[in-house]
Amino acid sequence: MMKKVLAYGFLTLVLLCVYAPIFILIIFSFTDANIVGQWHGFSLELYKRLFTVERLRNMIVNTVVLALLAAAVSTVLGTLGALGMFYSKKIWKKVLGGASNINVINAEIVIAVSLALVFSMFAFNKTYYSLLIGHVAFCTPFVVLSVIPKLKQMDPSLYEAALDLGATPRKALFRVVLPEILPGIVAGFMLALTLSLDDYIITSFTKPAEFDTISTYVYNAVKNTAKSELPAFRALAAVIFLIIVIVVVILNVRAGKKNKNETFMKKEIK
Amino acid sequence: MASSVKAVARENYAGNEKKTFRALFKRSYLAIPYGLFLALFVVFPLFLIVYYAFTDKSGGFTFNNFVAFFSSSTYVSNLLISIGIACVTTAVCLLIAYPVAYILSRFKSARSYIFVLLFIAPMWINFVLRAYALREILNLFGLLGKTNFLNTVIGMVYDFLPFMILPIYTTLIKMDKSLEEASADLGGNGAVTFFKVTLPLSVPGIVSGAMMVFLPSMSCYVITDTFGNSKVPLIGKLIESMFGTNANWNMGSALAIVMLIIMFITMLLTGGFKGEKETTRGNAL
Repeated sequence: MMKKVLAYGFLTLVLLCVYAPIFILIIFSFTDANIVGQWHGFSLELYKRLFTVERLRNMIVNTVVLALLAAAVSTVLGTLGALGMFYSKKIWKKVLGGASNINVINAEIVIAVSLALVFSMFAFNKTYYSLLIGHVAFCTPFVVLSVIPKLKQMDPSLYEAALDLGATPRKALFRVVLPEILPGIVAGFMLALTLSLDDYIITSFTKPAEFDTISTYVYNAVKNTAKSELPAFRALAAVIFLIIVIVVVILNVRAGKKNKNETFMKKEIK
Repeated sequence: MASSVKAVARENYAGNEKKTFRALFKRSYLAIPYGLFLALFVVFPLFLIVYYAFTDKSGGFTFNNFVAFFSSSTYVSNLLISIGIACVTTAVCLLIAYPVAYILSRFKSARSYIFVLLFIAPMWINFVLRAYALREILNLFGLLGKTNFLNTVIGMVYDFLPFMILPIYTTLIKMDKSLEEASADLGGNGAVTFFKVTLPLSVPGIVSGAMMVFLPSMSCYVITDTFGNSKVPLIGKLIESMFGTNANWNMGSALAIVMLIIMFITMLLTGGFKGEKETTRGNAL
């Protein structure tokens, strides 16, 4: 009993520390005071500003569009890469797999400066292309890493069976292999999306001067507090948190259903 | 009759062989776009870094960048501070994350899932936005601008804690529980079982978690900039300034090489990378 109380107490304490900053931002997103800690009465001014001030709106749209684009390109490139790697000779598997893992372990700052060197060599650094390539470069390896395990789990005879039954290799890939590894592809896409949304360092090195994502904008606003839009980020944090809560609830409901189905099936078997 | 059947069989076999060979050939070709991408935007850039690190501004070969680095007390102390911050962050993360992961791993699966999600969810809020949130809290407590080193560590722990919790939790969940029971049956009390069975078995999780906290916290200057008032110099910040305001690409590249070497050493010491980051990040989803 004592042990249980201690365990729950510890978990609650850590969770409190993790969520306190976020909750305080959310509470103070409902007042338009410039500094957190001052309460100027309830108002939705910050939310209004978030969606009406053009620079703020642009920055949010930029971030989301870039993340979707980068995740889509990474998913296609990474899935093809994983497929090709999986079916190629051992030496190529090792070479490509090793090269692919470089950016997984490499420090972001090293990736950023090395890319900046290449882009400026080809004279297209600080364009939208360099930004997109930068994001694809650090997202794709994670797509590969989520697809490869699914390929390994797949029964290799499925593909051969499809060929024996008269499917062309392309058809077999699309109709048999792709559906098998789809969960890995989806996980890879989601991973790429969150990585791209989160990135600051690589974005700051490769982005066009006038282009801002949430990360670069908040970073600059925090360093140079004269910018008046900083309070609006409290509202942004609240909106993002709401989205996360919705996603988590959906995940939980789905997990609950799955559990029920499983227990139901077990009962059936009995 | 028998021989004709054999002939047909042989023909079929040969046909299949041909078909699978063709399929094999084509399927491995799918990796070509990614291979080219890797060559152009991952491997080539690293060679470029090496080239810049060993040349001077006019392009002549030199070791001067490295000599300058190791003979400057500012640079070396920056490096040592980075390593120190990374060590302290990793240790604090481990001290908090291990009990959390341990308690979570003892829960029934449904409840454990919800709690793990609770610990992971903050990771989905933008990294810089989270740092800003913590900055406001530190400001509220009057810590901002006063305890720079402490603030930096708090910020790093706040941001990297989930990376430590997840791998430890995963190894603890996968661990064979009957080993603990066996230890108890053989007369080991709670502490003995934990230190002689559970802890040693969870070392792989600790190692991969430590790597995922140590390496980024050495260079993550976003946090020091946000509330260390840039007074805590990290090697990452130094590299950034070499490519930004200082405009010394050669020196910056040399610094990047130093970072790569430190990473390489860490990897050797911890037994290398085993795709753990993927499992952790993947589990987060």
